[in-house]
Parts: sequence; structure tokens; C-alpha cells
Amino acid sequence: MSGSESGNESGNGTGTGTFVGMPAFPRAAHDAVNDQTLRGNLRHATHTIRAKRAKAVAEVSDWAALRDAGKRIKDHTLRHLDRYLEQLEESVTAAGGTVHWAADADEANRIVAQLVKETGESEVVKVKSMATQEIGLNEALLAEGIHAYETDLAELIVQLGKDRPSHILVPAIHRNRSEIRDIFRSEMGSWGRPAPEGLTDTPAELAEAARLHLREKFLRAKVGVSGANFMVAETGTLVVVESEGNGRMCLTLPETLISVVGIEKIVPTWRDLEVFLQTLPRSSTAERMNPYTSMWTGTTDEDGPRAFHLVLLDNGRTDTLADEVGRQALRCIRCSACLNVCPVYERAGGHAYGSVYPGPIGAILSPQLRGTQSEIDASLPYASSLCGACYEVCPVAIDIPEVLVHLRERVVEGGEVIRQGNKVVLRPAKGHAAERAAMRAARWAFTHPAALRTGQRLASRTRRLQPRTLPGPGRAWSGTRDLPALPKEPFRDWWQRTRTRGGSKEGSK
Amino acid sequence: MSSRERILGRVRRALADVRGDDTPYEQAVPREYLREHGDRSVEQTVELLAENLADYRAIVHRCTAPELPAVIARLLAERGSASVLVPPGLDEGRLAATDVPRIADRAESTPEELDRVGSVVTACAVAVAETGTLVLDAAPDQGRRRITLVPDHHICVVRVPDQVVSSVPQALERLDPARPLTWISGPSATSDIELDRVEGVHGPRTLEVVLVSAG
Ligand code: SF4
Repeated sequence: MSGSESGNESGNGTGTGTFVGMPAFPRAAHDAVNDQTLRGNLRHATHTIRAKRAKAVAEVSDWAALRDAGKRIKDHTLRHLDRYLEQLEESVTAAGGTVHWAADADEANRIVAQLVKETGESEVVKVKSMATQEIGLNEALLAEGIHAYETDLAELIVQLGKDRPSHILVPAIHRNRSEIRDIFRSEMGSWGRPAPEGLTDTPAELAEAARLHLREKFLRAKVGVSGANFMVAETGTLVVVESEGNGRMCLTLPETLISVVGIEKIVPTWRDLEVFLQTLPRSSTAERMNPYTSMWTGTTDEDGPRAFHLVLLDNGRTDTLADEVGRQALRCIRCSACLNVCPVYERAGGHAYGSVYPGPIGAILSPQLRGTQSEIDASLPYASSLCGACYEVCPVAIDIPEVLVHLRERVVEGGEVIRQGNKVVLRPAKGHAAERAAMRAARWAFTHPAALRTGQRLASRTRRLQPRTLPGPGRAWSGTRDLPALPKEPFRDWWQRTRTRGGSKEGSK
Repeated sequence: MSSRERILGRVRRALADVRGDDTPYEQAVPREYLREHGDRSVEQTVELLAENLADYRAIVHRCTAPELPAVIARLLAERGSASVLVPPGLDEGRLAATDVPRIADRAESTPEELDRVGSVVTACAVAVAETGTLVLDAAPDQGRRRITLVPDHHICVVRVPDQVVSSVPQALERLDPARPLTWISGPSATSDIELDRVEGVHGPRTLEVVLVSAG
């Protein structure tokens, strides 16, 4: 399904709702699993990155120590987040920047729209940012008459295709080259410079078409909008890690730069970057180092933007922080390694998660940021086989299976949670959506042999985390899991579909 | 209540269970990782830099200081550049052997003007061997950040071995966070289309690195 430009986010007041009309995970996953093109693209992509990543990590003999340091730096920061936020504000201000605080998506959008209006401009160029996507900034700006142009190649593909990103790192991973050519041919013209005549589907030609199309925008842009990978409390430095140079374009050519960053992205000291600049690229694009990293501290005379605004975004992060088990999700550095190893993500694709954060991290982060009231959020903790592969690759050692089990219990048993800073008591889900969701997720995952194979490892892994059988939908899950026999019919169907007809198609990619 | 107070208040309430934790930062973060991977001689470190730069598709040249002007002249000629951007503090002598017209790095140049320039020649602040990375810190011999971004051809001169470090931790030690920093590892690249790597979507498509020894 393709939502309209302004219809990607539901208007539930916070701007962080599920994508409009998005079916809950099992249903969406079911549809995705039946989409051969999508599955072929995904399989090719995740397997390629996965193999490369393992190689890049193997090059670094102290990986375990780096991972441990990354985890501890982030944990320490989160445990003293108030102090580091204040320190960051002080150092950014001292360096010539202006700091704004946004409690939720609406407030962040209002602040950014106001800042853009003050420049007198009605266009902004954007470097890919999950935070701005989370708050639905593009749509909010459009409602104020401001056009936001995504400049990352994949984001451009997504934006032109009136589509949604499906992967943290390669948002258009669900599109293959001929689809991209078709989108460029039919859509570029209405956004700016049209695609060149006779554009073919070779990646080099497609990239060149994007270069020409976007250069026009960069060169005249007066306002840039970004996120950031890290913010250094001690120095006020912001860091953006990227490959294409569109980040550098947005960060240095405009006169005004507005960065919207989640409050959890802080590291205490300059030195801490030495850990993440080693672990992030290798976990993410499987490179020793990504092509470009930009670091800036406030403003610099005659180099780069004259005005710099930092919008610090809460939008559910403090609620997540209040959960002693779940808060570890805030360590995430958005490398996407967990997506690429997840057997469920590989089949279902990013859209099935119904949020900007797909895959295993999305399954734990989205329901925490948004609550578990909606059907999709209640089903997300079940969007996993609990195989533990995500935990193993995570460069900040987030125990995703542990948080998943914790969130399942919360959905099933209810209890106290913090929503927008206030205590609320969740009623146990009963009857009902969550149970149906769990049943379907289980059935679906178990028609898949790789998920099952890895899933069997989970029995020992998670036993220490939970009673042998979970209550409610969990019981359905653990019951299914312990059964050695597969449902014959669905499995055969699956095998037929994917290994015979579909198999040759995938193999040719 | 301002949003600032609201958010900080929520953070403090959320951390009620850790309020008593006064573990200082230094103890909370033991650093057992390495300062450098492997045990290399200075020459081997420079060699590794050259290898890793080339692995990420930068074109690497090596020469001695007296040879540098000729190398730069040759690279500009091979490229067929009609003009070359020069940061204000770049040693004039480096361009002594070429008559390609110079364009100054000026605050008032428009991005369109930069877009018409053929090549840019800069120095760097530090180069990281293990990752094949050049770091520019906008010093006078490197110029504003945008001059190494908009033109399609960047020639970067690295003094070896004194500007070369082994690792990311060693590089950060040498850098000043107050300056705007650009870390460059190979030319601009994308893998967004079916994960095929394509050079140059937005930044320079050709990165040439000249490793200069005192000679
Ligand atoms: S949870 Fe870990 S592996 Fe997944 S994106 Fe975040 S940091 Fe990467």
C-alpha cells in the first residue's frame, strides 16, 4: 500500500501513531511473505550485509571489549541523563548554537516549522533522520506550506515513490533497480529536474540521475534539517555518519541548520566517540569506516551555517527510560545489524512493523515509545522468534529477547507503565487482539524452517528469563514452540512457493 | 512549566531507581579495548593506510616532497581540469608546476561557483591507517568544508609519516572538537540500489591521495 505524501502518519495527536491503515504485524507480515519481489530483494540485501558485517567485525580483535565499552558508556549516560542533557545544552549554547526542548512530536514539529518560517524560506533539504521521520516532520511542514526534500538516495526513492522506508540503513531495500528506474522516470519531473532521457536501470545511471536531480536542490537550499548519530555533552559536538555526501551538503551549504535529535543520543565525552566510530560503521554498512563523518560544534565563522538550532526530542523516550528492563533499548545506535540477522524481518520486511523503527529494535522500541494500546503495538513484541541473533550482533549489547519477553508479559498481564510522564495502569489484554496476534505470529514463524531452527535455541536461552510457559498468548507461543512437529500443510506450501518457483527467482539476483 | 523543565523532570522521575548510583564516569566505563590493532613499524602503518585507502577506491600516489608539484600538475592535467580550488593556507609551492587557473576559497563564493570548479587540492589534519580515513579540520591549508564536497575531484596531500596514526582512538586524541571536522574514507558512495556500490552520489566521485615523504 502506498499512503499519500501527507497521510503516512495517523493524526492521533502525537504524530507518532502507526502508519495509517497499517495492519497489525502478523497480517502485514503474512502479506509481505507472499510478495515474491519484496522477499527476493530483502533476502539478497540482508544476506549480503550480514556476510560482510561478520568479516568487518572479525578484523577487530577487541570487538568484545569495544561492545562492552559501548554498552557501558550508553548505560552510564542514560543513568545520568538529566546531568548530561544540561551539560550538552550549556556546551552547544557556548559554541553559538541554540537549544530547544520538545516534549512530543507536535511540539518538535511546531518548533522546526517556526524556525523555518523565521528564515522566510519555504523549502528545506533534509539528511535522512529517523527522529524526524518518527515525528512526521515532512508532513507537518507540508501542512505549513514548507516542502522538505529528502536527499539520501534511498530516501529520495522512497519519497518519490510515495512509499515508506523499510530499513534503517537502506530504506529502499524493498525496491529493486527496475522499480527505481520506473519511479525516477515517472516522478522526478514533478519534484524538480526530471530523469534523463533513456534512463536505464544500471545503478550507476540511477545514481547519476539522483545526483543531478538533488544537486539542483542543494545548491539553492537555505535551510538544512538533520538528525545526529551522537552528541557530545562535554564539547557540544554533533556527529553525523553517512556515505553519500548528502549529509555534508545539508550540514554545510545552507545558512541555517536545524538538527532534531532524541535525548538518548548523548555520549559524555569526546573520547567516547572512539568506541562508536569503530563499532557503528562495521555493524552498519560493514565497512571499516563509512565514507563521510561530519562533526560540528555550534557555528564556525564563515564555514557552514551561520545559525544552528538543536531540537532535543523526548517523544516517549523518558517513558522508555522509566522501564527498568526496557530502557536498554535507548542504547541503540541505529546500526541496523539486528534487522539483517532477523529471520522474521527477512521474510516480513520493514513495513510489516508499522513504525519507523523496523526489525527487532522496532519490535521493542516502538511499543515503548508509543505504548501498547494499539493492535499493532500489542503485536510487535511477538514479531520475533526469540532466537537471540539480534542480541549477538548488537554493538551495544541490547538484550532484545529479554525486552521482548518483558513486553509480552506487560501486554498480557497489564500493570503500571509511564505514559507521557504519568503513571497509567494497563489492563491485561484479554480475549482479544494480542492473543490472536500471538497465535498468528507463532503459526507464521513456525512455517519457516530457519526461524524454527534458530527458534529451538531460544528454549534454553530464554528459560532463565521466564517461566517455562508464558501466560495468555505467551502460552500459545511456548506451547507451539515446544511441539516438535510442524504443521504439515503450511510448511509444504511454504517450501513449494519459496524453494521451487520462487527459489530460482531469488537465485538469479 | 517549560518543556525543558518537563523533560528533565520526567528524566529524574524515570531514574528514581538509580538515584543512589554515584559511580563516576571513569569507573562506569572501563576501557579494555586496544589503542591500536596490531604491532606495526611506522613504514608498515603508512603502507596499511595506502592499502586501506585503495581498498575503498581512493587513488593513492606516493612521492617525495620535491616531487610533489610535478605529481599534482600531472593529476590535474590527467583530469583535464580547467580550474583548481585552493585553500588560502595551502603551500603555494605545491602548485608551482601547473598553470591551471586557481580559484580562491572565499566565504562569498556561491555553491554554483564551486560546482563549476574542476578540482580541489587540500592538505589534511590526520590520516587513520586502520580505517583508510583522512580527517580534515578546516585549517587554512584545508579550507572550508564545502570546497572538498562540491567539486567532483579532490586531491588530498598527506605528509607521511607524521600525519599518519594507526587508529581511530589515536586520531581523536590529535583532533580539536572545536573545529568543524570531516572524516573522509574513500570517495562518496552509495549502496542503496540493490546494495551495488556506486561511487559519487553527492560528494566528489574521484578522491586522489598523495602520500608525501620528506624525501
Ligand atoms: S538494537 Fe543494536 S543491533 Fe539493532 S539497530 Fe540498535 S544498536 Fe544496532
